[in-house]
Amino acid sequence: MALLEIRNLSVDFATASGAFRAVDGADVAVDASDVLAIVGESGSGKSVSMLALMGLLPWTATVTADRMMFDGQDLRAISPRQRRRIVGKDMAMIFQEPMSSLNPCFTVGFQIKEILRIHLGLNRHDRHARAIELFEMVGIPAPEQRLGAFPHQMSGGMCQRVMIAMAISCAPKLLIADEPTTALDVTIQAQILDLLTELQKDTGMALILITHDMGVVAETAERVSVHYAGQKVEEQGVLDLFKAPHHPYTAALLAALPERATARRLPTIPGVVPGQFDRPDGCLFSPRCAFADDLCRAVPPGQAPATLGLALCHYPLGALA
Amino acid sequence: MTGPGPMPVRAQEPELGPESGPELGKKPGPVLVARALSRHYDVRSGLFGAPKVVRALSDASFTLDAGKTLAVVGESGCGKSTLARLITMIEPPTSGSFAIGGIEATPATLRTLRTSVQIVFQDPYGSLNPRQRVGAMLEEPLKINRPALDAAARTARARDMLRLVGLREEHFERYAHMFSGGQRQRIAVARALMLEPKVLVLDEPVSALDLSIQSQILNLLVDLQERLGLAYLFISHDLSVVRHMADDVVVMYLGRPVEIGPRDAVFAAPRHPYTKALLSATPVADPTAAKTRIKLEGELPSPLSIPPGCPFAPRCWKAQARCREARPELEGDTHRAACFFPEG
Repeated sequence: MALLEIRNLSVDFATASGAFRAVDGADVAVDASDVLAIVGESGSGKSVSMLALMGLLPWTATVTADRMMFDGQDLRAISPRQRRRIVGKDMAMIFQEPMSSLNPCFTVGFQIKEILRIHLGLNRHDRHARAIELFEMVGIPAPEQRLGAFPHQMSGGMCQRVMIAMAISCAPKLLIADEPTTALDVTIQAQILDLLTELQKDTGMALILITHDMGVVAETAERVSVHYAGQKVEEQGVLDLFKAPHHPYTAALLAALPERATARRLPTIPGVVPGQFDRPDGCLFSPRCAFADDLCRAVPPGQAPATLGLALCHYPLGALA
Repeated sequence: MTGPGPMPVRAQEPELGPESGPELGKKPGPVLVARALSRHYDVRSGLFGAPKVVRALSDASFTLDAGKTLAVVGESGCGKSTLARLITMIEPPTSGSFAIGGIEATPATLRTLRTSVQIVFQDPYGSLNPRQRVGAMLEEPLKINRPALDAAARTARARDMLRLVGLREEHFERYAHMFSGGQRQRIAVARALMLEPKVLVLDEPVSALDLSIQSQILNLLVDLQERLGLAYLFISHDLSVVRHMADDVVVMYLGRPVEIGPRDAVFAAPRHPYTKALLSATPVADPTAAKTRIKLEGELPSPLSIPPGCPFAPRCWKAQARCREARPELEGDTHRAACFFPEG
């Protein structure tokens, strides 16, 4: 049985100008010790779907799903109190901006020990020992002294290490990393990605990596799910996705990478992601798609079989060959 | 740098505007020459603390030819943006000098030179004035620097420019908030080109944009360069973008250039260990690629206490006693590196 299974997840935000659908029928399934990358541009709903899973969305959001199971528990049915026992313990999240996700008023030691006290009920001495152990695991030098530091006294890379230490402090079964390295420099990014993959291997936790960087995906993930305008448009193993993308959006996205360029001018995707008021009737990608015809513009496509990467497309690439 | 005000326009205050367009030197040669540019900032730690010096940029020398792109790469704090501020004459250098089109940048020539260097900032959401229409934004530089032009000529030029950067006529009357990120960056480019600059400084022009939009803007920049013969000073931390755009590359570390060379030479055979580490740390969008990642230990030292000797020595796997005592100078002819034990 899958560790996490979400079917047909939709998130609507009530805005002053009407309802806005940020996530539109997305499916996510993760097994224990799986590494899944969710790729998409801004506005593709990749972060919102994970926040919905964690129950961290504001009251303006309406979350609906046919199925939302985590580790045998139905997340739609449990009370907020029960959910808080899971979130942060079995299911933890790392955010993009390490500096702004830590509380500037408390030392990092206080913040990590708070988790250990509330979720694990450790006593003062054990909390201190465990916090030092965790800081050592994530490679923070001189952990004992660093426990007394405030977030502003540390660099971005160090803050992200503290965030990771906090996230893995209760040995979660699932770790969600939302753009964990976007705010960091390349050499620090390499350190953090190595740390995350090592921790994943050592502890056997499942890892969901949300990112927009195809390079990070290629180096870290085992499976990739591509999101566009709130929908999952394709899901494949990482090798197959880069070799033979089936959805035209994935193909266009890979072709637009500067490092894959063959000429001075890059292939582009015309237009922009549809917003609240210009969502097309048929396939959401049809206005920008090079292969779209009248059928695409009128009828929303169904999901292709798994051999075609579950592509949400009338004419998945590679189907004719 | 990302205040709401349009910085390039602010750099040309009304009283500084020359009567006509700049008559720049016509002799052939590099359009931009920088010699040992440095910028140091004095900072005080506390009320009674001794003043300290942040060496944001030291001894940056390079040349840039018309129609070419010089990319400046490095991590945060390496002095890339300080260099952009010096070249655009937003700030004067502490020491060193530079010339544009053969004219030395001195306080006397600032007025003429400022119009020939323009800048495009990273964040198109912060760099455009939300209270101005696109038309007004594009005409403002002309109003200030070309007072001889009448209103009709200004509008005509602004409309031409909109077409040139791939926007439509009807966008002229709109406000910045009505555009997407990619379109805003086009507006920022259009505004920078209004005074027909020779050098365009691009400070991370695509890093705030999505991948599908990024390629549109990069193509636009390539087109404009071919058509107008612009020289680009392209500042970026994204090595795959740099590899696509640049002719020459400067790698900076802690305010100093550590390697300068033609793009292909730098990417194929980096000579400085830092460049090598930077290249190996950049994720490659190919899951089958062999990964030989050089793991750098530690982080950038504080620019307040730059170590004596080679600034990279504390993180370098090849560092020896000599590296910690003396600072290596850039050596080589076309492909230069500042290292005692260069690669290859």
